[in-house]
Amino acid sequence: MLIIVVFVCRSFFSICSSMMVCNENDYSSFTSGWNIMIDAISRRTWNLLITLIVSPRNPEQKIIKRVIALEGDIIKTIGYKKKYVKVPHGHIWVEGDHHGHSFDSNAFGPVSLGLLHARATHILWPPKRWQKLQPILPPERKPLQREQE
Amino acid sequence: MFRNALGKTFRFLGYTVQYGCIAHCAFEYLGGVVVCSGPSMEPTIQNSDIVFSENLSRHFYCIRKGDIVIAKSPNDPKSNICKRVIGLEGDKVCTSNPSDFLKSHSYVPKGHVWLEGDNLRNSTDSRCYGPVPYGLIRGRICFKNFPRLINFDEPLHTLLHFSCWHICLLFVWMILPIKKKFEKVEGSGSEEGGRGAINNAFDIQLKGH
Repeated sequence: MLIIVVFVCRSFFSICSSMMVCNENDYSSFTSGWNIMIDAISRRTWNLLITLIVSPRNPEQKIIKRVIALEGDIIKTIGYKKKYVKVPHGHIWVEGDHHGHSFDSNAFGPVSLGLLHARATHILWPPKRWQKLQPILPPERKPLQREQE
Repeated sequence: MFRNALGKTFRFLGYTVQYGCIAHCAFEYLGGVVVCSGPSMEPTIQNSDIVFSENLSRHFYCIRKGDIVIAKSPNDPKSNICKRVIGLEGDKVCTSNPSDFLKSHSYVPKGHVWLEGDNLRNSTDSRCYGPVPYGLIRGRICFKNFPRLINFDEPLHTLLHFSCWHICLLFVWMILPIKKKFEKVEGSGSEEGGRGAINNAFDIQLKGH
């Protein structure tokens, strides 16, 4: 029975998890997320998602950021060591909405797809901030060149 | 008749789900059998070697320098790589090839590891794609080269080793409830024996009177 309990808990957290996100500049609230199945989601819908990734600097921590660019896109960075970056194969570029106060790809560079953990879909807590997270890309952060499918 | 069949089907489904839970938890948290391909870890691990990798070290963050690990490829999340950990965060590593005249060194950044294959001349590793984030590591290899019990050809040999792990899990799953049942049967036997002794004593008393 214990094994079933462990499995149910694990599959709950792997399929749909409510995570507390604090000290993040995007959202300080509970969010619910769906784990990404990388094969199933097409490239077009993948962009603009808010995702949970394992932090490249600290593997015990998960950080929540918006996907700005996918592999092959060229983007203009804010405060990164190179002004223009072409996102390498198998990587993505993530940024927090609060530029300047966000620990994102502008600090640690493109993130490998293997570090992707989940996709944040809704804010659950506090109740006054109950909303569905929209996949919106701020116009000033659009990639300069997008790789054609 | 129909109810009987339905009951049996549901029971079978229940057992399958129970076993699925055990297998999934075992593969995720304990480890599993892995087939390695490629020449990058020769002579330690040859092409088509079968190894056993454990996932506990990754979850408890005790991967050490010199361990052979399985990690997701930084450039392709669908494939895995099998390399040796040469440097942990903060270590100084040599980033140039052995054939280079001028050697260059760098420090492994925080939260990353430096992976290299044992066959340095024929290995795509951190010297090509840089330090690998710790979060990409899947497991640590602990046993290699299960003995060839029977001389089957390659695909059957691989299948045999994969099924061995499943058979071990099935054994654990089946042996526990059987052991419990065995203990229960023994316990009820002794209870009856006790009651029988009390009855006999009562009879003797009655007869005495």
